[in-house]
Amino acid sequence: MQWGWRFPSALQTIQTFCDGIANGQLLQATLSSLRRIIIAFVLSCAIGITLGVLFARSRLLDETFGFAVVALQTVPSIAWLPFAIIWFGLNDFAVLFITTIGATWTMTIASRSGIKNIPPIYLKSAQMFGTGRGIRLFYQVMIPAAIPQLITGMRMAWAFAWRALVSGELIARGVGLGQMLEEGRSIGDTSLMLCIVLVIAILGTISDYFVFKRVEDRIWNQYGLNTAKT
Amino acid sequence: MIRVEGVSKTFEQRGGAGYTALDDIAFEVGKGEFVSILGPSGCGKSTLLNLVAGLERADKGRVEVSGKKVNAPGPDRIVVFQDHALYPWLTVLENVAFGLKQKRIKKEERHERAMEQIRAVHLGKFADRYPHELSGGMKQRVAIARALVMDPEILLMDEPFAALDEQTRLLLHKELEQIWLNTGKTILFITHNIREAVTLSDRVLVMSTRPGRIKKEFRVQAARPREAGDSLLHHIESQIMNTLAAELAKVAKEEYGDDYNLEKSPLSHSAVSNLGDGI
Ligand SMILES: Nc1ncnc2c1ncn2[C@@H]1O[C@H](COP(=O)(O)OP(=O)(O)O)[C@@H](O)[C@H]1O
Ligand SMILES: [Mg+2]
Repeated sequence: MQWGWRFPSALQTIQTFCDGIANGQLLQATLSSLRRIIIAFVLSCAIGITLGVLFARSRLLDETFGFAVVALQTVPSIAWLPFAIIWFGLNDFAVLFITTIGATWTMTIASRSGIKNIPPIYLKSAQMFGTGRGIRLFYQVMIPAAIPQLITGMRMAWAFAWRALVSGELIARGVGLGQMLEEGRSIGDTSLMLCIVLVIAILGTISDYFVFKRVEDRIWNQYGLNTAKT
Repeated sequence: MIRVEGVSKTFEQRGGAGYTALDDIAFEVGKGEFVSILGPSGCGKSTLLNLVAGLERADKGRVEVSGKKVNAPGPDRIVVFQDHALYPWLTVLENVAFGLKQKRIKKEERHERAMEQIRAVHLGKFADRYPHELSGGMKQRVAIARALVMDPEILLMDEPFAALDEQTRLLLHKELEQIWLNTGKTILFITHNIREAVTLSDRVLVMSTRPGRIKKEFRVQAARPREAGDSLLHHIESQIMNTLAAELAKVAKEEYGDDYNLEKSPLSHSAVSNLGDGI
């Protein structure tokens, strides 16, 4: 039994990384993965916020379908892949679908609670100042009041989307990091596999720490919520 | 200006039986008058103010403002709440300009008008701060500026200074009196502090509790601006205190049980003047 090739050395991994960058494959895979996650993320935010607002505003809806959303959130999104494959085939759509599904429920729950937790006094005084009960109240008071929770929800949604994306790409066809990982396995190139895992980790950290956490901190500061949060 | 006639309000309670917060309340406030409603916590003061503001509906009776029935909140009656209710995502300037924005006034003009009010409450230097960067007294000043910029006919104030320290409160009393003298607004002011009510108002309506009713009315005809040492104020204060002693006993009895007796354990002067703030 030869074990050596199963555990790539640091040097090998760096070598593979440089090669991947040089021949453009790694970069291309990264870009198309990023493109997918951004599309799915935007979709899931739009759907999640819309659903969340509906649940927060309509008691009937909340009592009938609210529980379903909690249940759906517990389903790992990869479980939807077989459906996606039957509906869309083994392609981009299937991956986008499960990535979107993976992030939507979290976003729905976060925006529902964000809207529900708005202090009633904000809404009362808004009406006193003449916003009415419609769209002006919605985008001038309800959305900004819910922003801290929405941002926290987005941060979680992004993490869920990232997970769903990689697992989807492992199975479905198309250019992407997950697919490259799968290629590495099929040709037994563990250094490529490790290299991809590292890229995934680095991208995840950068997006979470330098984008979402920054924005979250800034918003929480502006809202004066940081006294409660260290 | 404000006319409240036979107003009652009952809240639903767990267990079924409704809780009568207000029972057959009637009073009037004339144009330009400064009237306080004074009563122990939980006697229905906020409920009453919310009815005038249009934030709640009466079960019975009628609330009129300028001859028109109140059925929704409106920019002619702005409430200054105890916990200021400023929007944390807006700066001081944007908070004050918020109501003008709803009137679709252009940005330049609304900022100009907002700045004018912000300067009037001495916060010119803080216009671009966020509410959480201000002290309690400053926040209340912003809330007052935000109300005044709408140029409402009526200012409704729900214990606006209750959460402030004594010095800040005295300062804001002076400022509010000055604002009132300058603008001639009609002010309905809610408080559980006897001295505050007497110092500020032309008339004090004392409420009793469970159910909330107007128990007695006191006229304060002392000279303006009011002086802390005015003996007339002290005289009225002690009259009100006597009226309220019975109320306080009632509240204490409900909280401590029937064996509580005011005669046996006389409350200190300060406890009475704050209507059992501490109990
Ligand atoms: N929305 C509500 N539902 C049920 N009870 C209420 C509600 N609002 C006020 N109450 C009750 O009505 C009484 C009067 O309340 P409130 O007007 O806030 O008193 P105050 O402002 O004088 O302290 C209190 O006993 C309170 O518990
Ligand atoms: Mg109150």
